[in-house]
Amino acid sequence: MMYTSRRNLLRLAGAVGVASVLAACGGGGDSGTGGETVSADDVTKALEEGGELLIWSWDTTIKPTADAFMAKYPKVKINVVNAGTNADQYVALQNALQAGKGVPDLAHIEYYALSQFALQKQVADLTGFGAPALKDKFAPGPWNGVTPNGGVFGLPLDSGPMVLYYNEEVFKKHNVAVPATWDEYYEAAKKLHAADPKVFIAADSGDAGTTTSMIWQAGGKPYTVEGQNVTINFADAGAQKYTALWQKMIDEKLLSNISGWTDEWFQALGNGTLATLVVGAWMPSNLVSGAPNGAGKWRVAPMPQWEAGGTATAENGGSAMSVMEASTRKALAYGFLEYLTNGEGVKTRLDNGAFPATTADLNSPEFQAKEFEYFGGQKINELFAQSSANVVPGWQYLPFQVYANSIFKDTAGQAYITPTKLADGLKAWQDASVKYGNEQGFTVK
Amino acid sequence: MTTLQEAPATRSAPKKKVRRYSTKPRKSITLTLATGVILLYSVVPLLWLVINATKSREGLTDSFGLWFADGEFLLWDNIVSTLTYNDGIFGRWFLNTLLYVVAGAGGATFLAVLGGYGLAKFNFPGRGGVFAVVIGAVAVPGTALAVPTFLMFSQMGLTDTPWAIIIPSLISPFGLYLMWTFANDAIPTELLEAARVDGSGEFRTFFQVGIPLLAPGIVTVLLFTTVATWNNYFLPLIMLKDPDWYPLTLGLNAWNAQATTNGGEVIFHLVITGSLLMIIPLIAAFLLLQRYWQSGLAAGSVKE
Repeated sequence: MMYTSRRNLLRLAGAVGVASVLAACGGGGDSGTGGETVSADDVTKALEEGGELLIWSWDTTIKPTADAFMAKYPKVKINVVNAGTNADQYVALQNALQAGKGVPDLAHIEYYALSQFALQKQVADLTGFGAPALKDKFAPGPWNGVTPNGGVFGLPLDSGPMVLYYNEEVFKKHNVAVPATWDEYYEAAKKLHAADPKVFIAADSGDAGTTTSMIWQAGGKPYTVEGQNVTINFADAGAQKYTALWQKMIDEKLLSNISGWTDEWFQALGNGTLATLVVGAWMPSNLVSGAPNGAGKWRVAPMPQWEAGGTATAENGGSAMSVMEASTRKALAYGFLEYLTNGEGVKTRLDNGAFPATTADLNSPEFQAKEFEYFGGQKINELFAQSSANVVPGWQYLPFQVYANSIFKDTAGQAYITPTKLADGLKAWQDASVKYGNEQGFTVK
Repeated sequence: MTTLQEAPATRSAPKKKVRRYSTKPRKSITLTLATGVILLYSVVPLLWLVINATKSREGLTDSFGLWFADGEFLLWDNIVSTLTYNDGIFGRWFLNTLLYVVAGAGGATFLAVLGGYGLAKFNFPGRGGVFAVVIGAVAVPGTALAVPTFLMFSQMGLTDTPWAIIIPSLISPFGLYLMWTFANDAIPTELLEAARVDGSGEFRTFFQVGIPLLAPGIVTVLLFTTVATWNNYFLPLIMLKDPDWYPLTLGLNAWNAQATTNGGEVIFHLVITGSLLMIIPLIAAFLLLQRYWQSGLAAGSVKE
């Protein structure tokens, strides 16, 4: 997900919380095997015996699912607490872990942040719970997200396969074709802006999540992580494809500088100032409530391609639910986790507007046939499911991605507001990340 | 402003010298303009808040920010939605904030009055040391103490309880310092001596002689600590995880953050209306206590 810059301070506080924890875990680099063994019988027993579970999540669909679960298992009591949204919650979680008190049993953690918690053994490895057998139940992107370093550190809650959202009204008005490739996208950006100087094809003032997703789709692999050994490289072929295009977009002032997720941004999405949005499949509900005046005008198309006729996509955002290592009720927690992520709970969440990570739901005729009024009756889930199946495999996040993302604006973000080239900005981001990683006890190149 | 320098020769002859010593307030266009600009600067955000609290979500994005949306005046509907959203949690946050202010700011004021009075009116060894510590404490921002306080409180098992907010709020070095200097001037030592001669105990003297004389200062400190507690954000942010104990600052921020979450409902209109509701009590407090506040601020500036 994306952030707002006012959280920088908090993220810094969180980063400080991460500091030196690594030194305390004895420097053991292999976290592939680990965790305790809990059988299905243990989980069933735990559910029958009942007990209390504390869950931290900012997702509004968790509570109704927990209510349904409690109706099914009357002896289980679940408290769902919203301890903050994305980075705010990670700060709170690090604080609680440091204090050794108030750590929840289950926590909502985005894929980009999960490897950080996994490497520090703060989330439980579910290998011994039989989680690896669930591999085929989930789409490849989200499964890749929960399995850093060879363990299974949570189960996918949702996913964000990327698509192109576009304002059909704007495209029709200026007689511009919907772009299928990034070259066409660049041409469309020029045409739209020339036809109406107020209109931009997209807003981008520098966002770590968007940038890494774009490079991911282009086949770039900036991060390689093997235990404690990390390599960061923002100059590979995939990254270069992206920077070459985006540099043109920046130089020719084809991108609006409106900050994402602000009131102004939602306004621009509603009134046709921003003609497209390349983002994850979870966006529709945000559009419906955030840009109500765009209703009926927006449509979905596949993500533009680097090669004509290609199908490659990437994940953007999306999150897992993880059992915390500090939990004393892991079997019970796992019981609810299964229900929530690939049991009956999935339906409750979908009914409440969540986007699934489970292949069965992504491919179900009922899911794909759903027509969305906001998108003029378009069956957008078909496109989402297609994108989900085409995510480029093998992507990895840093074991300190939360911190790295927090310094994106100060390094790579400079390319958007100063004459700095984007490639140099990414190099600066790389250098700062390498430096920080080494300070944290990793071996970073 | 008059200066002591000789006026340069090129300037026109000075006006009647009498003017210089008259005590009538003089008008200055520059000053009036400057204060006017500052007034505008302060009032425009407030105006924006009031105007936008009358708009729907669509209206917020479709209309000019500093004017009403056409044919929409939804202030009442917005207030109702704000108070009922999430099962009426806004009301709960409001009461939490009130609790933190009454207990925290009230307690902080009481302690500052006690301490300030004692430091001002009693000579004891080590007073200079206390003074140094208090002045030093004024310089430490509360935010810097928040994380160590959190670690300490979590050891004591106090995090995620109202105590985690109330106890740190009780300490107001600035309030103590203000009370101290104020008590120095506001309470003539002779009065206290007279009371002692008449056989009044120290506490009775404090409550019956000291407190009434200190009233303007007390109100000043009360307003300071109230505003500080009412707007406290960082401390509750790290101390509290349970939304049931959130103050309004955290609650509104959580609502605002919903916009940046996948699957989150965007409710800017409720955040704006909630913010408006949140500042009304503060404005009321200022208007009601303004008289004391001003006399309290000026106290001690002139020795009678």
